[in-house]
Amino acid sequence: MIRLVAGRLVASVVILFVVATASFWLLHAAPGGPFDTGERRSAAVTHAMEERYGLGRPLWQQYGHAMARLVRGDLGVSMKRDVAVTALIAEHGPISAALGGLGLLAAVGLGIALGVVAAWRRHTWIDHVAMTAALIGISVPAFVLGPLLIAAISIDLGWLPPARIDGGTSLILPAVTLGLVYLGAIARLTRGGLADVLDQDFIRTARAKGLPEHRVVVKHALRVGITPVVTYLGPATAAMISGSFVVEKIFQIPGLGTYFLTSVFDRDYPVVTGVFVFYAALLVVLNLAVDLAYGVLDPRVRQAAGAPRERAARAAR
Amino acid sequence: MIALGGAWRTWRRHRVAAVAGVVFFVVALACALGPVIAGAVGLDGTTIDPRLGAVPPTPAHWFGTDTLGRDMLVRVMIGGRIAIAVALVTTAIAIGIGVTYGAIAAFAGGRVDNLMMRIVDALYGFPTVVLLIVVMAVTGTRSLVALFAWIGAISWLTMARITRGQVLALREREFALAARALGVGPARILARHILPNAAGPVIVYATLAMPQVMITEAFLSFLGLGVQAPLASWGTLVTEGSSQIVVYPWLLWCPAAVMAVAILSLNFIGDGVRDALVGDAST
Repeated sequence: MIRLVAGRLVASVVILFVVATASFWLLHAAPGGPFDTGERRSAAVTHAMEERYGLGRPLWQQYGHAMARLVRGDLGVSMKRDVAVTALIAEHGPISAALGGLGLLAAVGLGIALGVVAAWRRHTWIDHVAMTAALIGISVPAFVLGPLLIAAISIDLGWLPPARIDGGTSLILPAVTLGLVYLGAIARLTRGGLADVLDQDFIRTARAKGLPEHRVVVKHALRVGITPVVTYLGPATAAMISGSFVVEKIFQIPGLGTYFLTSVFDRDYPVVTGVFVFYAALLVVLNLAVDLAYGVLDPRVRQAAGAPRERAARAAR
Repeated sequence: MIALGGAWRTWRRHRVAAVAGVVFFVVALACALGPVIAGAVGLDGTTIDPRLGAVPPTPAHWFGTDTLGRDMLVRVMIGGRIAIAVALVTTAIAIGIGVTYGAIAAFAGGRVDNLMMRIVDALYGFPTVVLLIVVMAVTGTRSLVALFAWIGAISWLTMARITRGQVLALREREFALAARALGVGPARILARHILPNAAGPVIVYATLAMPQVMITEAFLSFLGLGVQAPLASWGTLVTEGSSQIVVYPWLLWCPAAVMAVAILSLNFIGDGVRDALVGDAST
């Protein structure tokens, strides 16, 4: 376990280094800079601003400077707003985190419930309806669902606010828009994983012991059958970050995604690199948590040796 | 009885997949030929008619017209050409990269394999779409070729894993051992004997990857980074429509419905192909 965590930490440092480097060179190789905008200002002012942010120095010096700062945990200062990037993340991040957390929570809770019911009542109309609904959920992208929800629920019915964040209810529509795709995917994964497990010997044993059906399904089968869903949580969160860009744009939410996109177009170098590194770090931590969760869920994984995913696969065979 | 239930279900799902296949074929055919036919009756989807403006669906304009008086049905069909082209070409690119990568990893084995698959693992947890956004935004390329290449470049991971698993299983089978015993080189064994047998799961995943790729293209277009005017894709049409949903709802509904139908039918086809080729794990 300790070896796993240590190995992952080394890998994470490499990933974060690659992200920061790639982002730096991509941005600086691209035409245009943060101060090449349509605003009217004298050449001297532009020059002074570029000096202030060290843009006049050779690129490799800027790169070295940026990396040295990063090692100290300093993400730099926004060139457009003159605010520390960490402060910007602290300001806009919680809004996005609330949105993503709510969306993911709903998707996991409802998705697993739907998948369990479908697997339990396999090959009945309940299964077919649930899985067709899940497939429809996967097939309607957020940028289609969002405007339709606004039109139907906010404007025609007047139930929920169409945009912006003011109060708890204004998060409901964005979270639904963000989470529906994952709800469908999680329902399908749960059904698939659980259906495999329900045919195995230890489930027959549990039934033979005379356990009530809900205990067999929830406590015995689901614990192992949920593994595909746990695996999916890493990629799902990664996808949710990009999903939040869309949802924040549709609902005019001032989250980190909106701010990141603006910064990309503005060539605000430190913000783009800083937020990108932040996203990557978030996912690295989450993936490690997912790997550790295997051990908690499936006792066979805990005792075996080797990489967790391969262990899980071997154990399942 | 159970076996009968399973067979009934398989047949049912195949029927659903067959219907979905017909639906997708019709949509694709309409996109391919529709603009030509519409052009013959004087609808080209590009002629601007400000006096006409946005009109709701009528017998003359089945999907209505947009604010510039352009026929929406023709625009949706033209958008579909690009969306479907992106799906086909990009999936092909993803198959090319993924199959090559997975096959090399499996055949190299040992440390090389381990390193290559660790890289795939790392990329799985990597915000590739965020990278895609940065790349599309900063390079400023608005060519379709770049769009194909970049979406393909981030969509090959699962393909690589599937191929590796297949190759690892197949290389120990008798026919591969026989070929080796006859002195056939590894590259030839891979190309002639193993990969054709690994095609099933790859095809299944390719079918399921197509709608994903379509969504990615529309997603980039929605953020203003994908297909640019004067070209239109379903993504750009949905984007335009979503800003006018209250006043001109058909501008969102028509492209959104067609896009959702296309994606849904591709997903149904993928499920059906999987059942047919791999066998449903649950039956």
